[in-house]
Amino acid sequence: MSFDLLIVGVGGQGTILASRIIGEACIIEKRHVISAETHGMAQRGGSVENHVRIDGTMGPLIPIGGADMILSLEPLETVRYIHYLKNDGLVISNNVRIVPQKSRVLYPPVEKIIRSKVSKPEQAVICNANAIARKAGNELSSNIVLIGIASRYLPLKEESLIECIKRVVPSKATDVNLKAFDLGRRWKIS
Amino acid sequence: MKKEEIIIKKFLMGNEAIAQGCLEAGIDFATGYPGTPSSEIITSLSISNERNVYVEWSVNEKVALENAIGAAWCGLRSICVMKHVGLNVAADPFMSLAYTGVKGGFVIIVTDDPFPHSSQNEQDSRRYAHAAKIPCLDPATPQEAKDMVKYAFELSEKYEIPVMLRPTTRICHARSDIEVEKFQIEDLKPTNQRFVKIPKEKRVGRFFKDRDRWVLVPSNAKILHRELQIKQKKIIEDLNGTPFNKRVKNIKETKIAVVSGGVASCYVKELIPNDIPFFKIGTYPVDIDRLGEFTKNYEKILVIEELDPILEEIVKMSTCSTVLGKYTGDVPFYGELNQNIVYDILIKNGITPVVKYDLKKPVEGLPARPPILCAGCPHRSILYLIEKIFKNGIYTSDIGCYTLSPFSVDTCLCMGASITIGSGISHCDKRDVVATIGDSTFMHTGIPGLINAVYNNANILIVILDNRTTAMTGHQPTAGTGQNIQGESKELSLEKICQACGADFVETVDPFDINLSKKILERAKKEKGVRVIIARHPCYMIERKQNVEKAYYEIDVKRCTKCGDCLDYGCPAIELYDIKPIINDLCTGCGVCSDLCRNGAIRRIK
Ligand code: SF4
Ligand code: SF4
Repeated sequence: MSFDLLIVGVGGQGTILASRIIGEACIIEKRHVISAETHGMAQRGGSVENHVRIDGTMGPLIPIGGADMILSLEPLETVRYIHYLKNDGLVISNNVRIVPQKSRVLYPPVEKIIRSKVSKPEQAVICNANAIARKAGNELSSNIVLIGIASRYLPLKEESLIECIKRVVPSKATDVNLKAFDLGRRWKIS
Repeated sequence: MKKEEIIIKKFLMGNEAIAQGCLEAGIDFATGYPGTPSSEIITSLSISNERNVYVEWSVNEKVALENAIGAAWCGLRSICVMKHVGLNVAADPFMSLAYTGVKGGFVIIVTDDPFPHSSQNEQDSRRYAHAAKIPCLDPATPQEAKDMVKYAFELSEKYEIPVMLRPTTRICHARSDIEVEKFQIEDLKPTNQRFVKIPKEKRVGRFFKDRDRWVLVPSNAKILHRELQIKQKKIIEDLNGTPFNKRVKNIKETKIAVVSGGVASCYVKELIPNDIPFFKIGTYPVDIDRLGEFTKNYEKILVIEELDPILEEIVKMSTCSTVLGKYTGDVPFYGELNQNIVYDILIKNGITPVVKYDLKKPVEGLPARPPILCAGCPHRSILYLIEKIFKNGIYTSDIGCYTLSPFSVDTCLCMGASITIGSGISHCDKRDVVATIGDSTFMHTGIPGLINAVYNNANILIVILDNRTTAMTGHQPTAGTGQNIQGESKELSLEKICQACGADFVETVDPFDINLSKKILERAKKEKGVRVIIARHPCYMIERKQNVEKAYYEIDVKRCTKCGDCLDYGCPAIELYDIKPIINDLCTGCGVCSDLCRNGAIRRIK
């Protein structure tokens, strides 16, 4: 069985980079992996979803009600995809909002909805990943902060993830991103 | 004897895996026109330095295909890459190519897009392959796509026939652990190692004249068609020997069996119990006799595939058993499949899936988040002005980022259709017609439309949105930029092309120069006939790489009257905070909002 991780966010937030780090970590550990990425149109600020199936050998899509974990860079997107979560799955979500343009529908009370959709409170980890990333040196590393938090639950070794961050991010951003990972990994879940 | 196999893997996107397969097959020549989900194949080949390959972005798919045919007729291993709708443009050479056949291995890679993620329709390229009598390989995983492309070159050379590889979005844009090298250490002695590697030696192309073959006049076509038909049988035999068609089990006691292909076969495999007979089909034409030996054993055959019911029709031809699928309403005719849909299909037909998913429903009533033009996109300002100045106009548009615009887009059908549909409308409707078309799309199929508009006295304003790139598909260079995929090239002038096509009114403007843009649009409005405005400013994604100094803007709360004009402009860098607009850090400093604000509240700060 694969460990199914759904990474969601808004186009341009770094969801593809996040799924690439997880995938590369699988290669280092000599495991199978298959993922599905959103490219093309939706990347222009639209809602994006990346499916990563660790140990997966079949189709790249995660079924609704089948995700072991949802990693989200934007809370409205967490809500949009929360039905993908298994009953005992884990949500790790940024709480920094990006309000969709010109929408007639009001931005919903996202944190409340997320919490109402999981059966146990510890299944929803919600944080200000941008603030943590700022401490590491760059707000844009919020995706790596979330990977740091997720690393405590993912079936992958910490060393493999760190090695992949070094490989995947541009060299001048390595230090900031390693720090972001570390701050995420050590972030105290309240 | 001790045998040890070593496999080296990389985390590759399906498209990269296909490019890798081409390199391992010793490809020499590659052409294509960008289009999601196919673009990364050509890009990967162009950045690989593992083999000396000629790579080009051609101006359209027909041109791309014919260039690659030239190479294949010279004996080179060649590919041509396009998205499904691109094959419509290339259909002319495609439909006759199997008659002449090829010399060097030739693979046409056409990517289909079920649930059109980034396309205007859900056509099925397997239909085209069938119509053109070209064998078609339909991969179920990225690894299989790579294995198939290598085999495709062999098949192509063996029967001197072009071969189609037809991956779908979920193969092209899936990423997986892909074998890039495989070798055996026999007796652990290095001398006995067998490597799979990218061959370095280059083929030399040479065209051999053969009028009976390369000149498709009726007398030759008659003979070549007969020969092509004779080849088909042998090709089917060859395809039978591949690992791409798998009969998982042939249990006779059950009443129902499943047939599937492409990525759908993965969903089926993940869900069906071991005791249900299952046939996965990966190659076309299908051996109907062999399929019949399988299907005849069961009362019902459930066919699960994406796009057109092609396998379903073939299964029907193979058997008198009941065939369940799209025609019976068991499988949806449109959209893409996934495990949840396949799960329900299986349950409905009395098969209990081996995996269960928790029942969940999406949260309803959420604000949508459709894709939009970037902050600082040069298309936004000119499209905004067109709608202001040509208030009651008809706006025919085309394929590119600008289709995402809330302004000045009334139509979008296919590449190049803005000018032609607009011309047609101008002969019927008295209102102003403004056609908008990107620079790459204009080069692709816009030019004949312009010539025709001038020739037949259309009354139309054509605005070429020249953002110096093919933005939507990942910023490939165009013929107007002085760059091709290999580096520097001749820069073609859009102005001169338009003049040469007969347009007398040809003006160029920077769309960020609001006052001048308005003036030129107003002037164009007063005139009749075919008028062309070239709105030229690089796409922000290109400009930001050129290290131009960035400006910063701010909204002065004291001057802002909350009129909302800047919000109407729709730049994602302007958002409503409480009740006042503010500029967020997406701002690129284009300055357009500052010109639009009538209260002078938006000011440059740095
Ligand atoms: S990628 Fe370029 S052309 Fe496309 S929306 Fe963004 S700025 Fe505009
Ligand atoms: S200057 Fe104004 S219009 Fe241009 S990117 Fe910034 S906020 Fe948007």
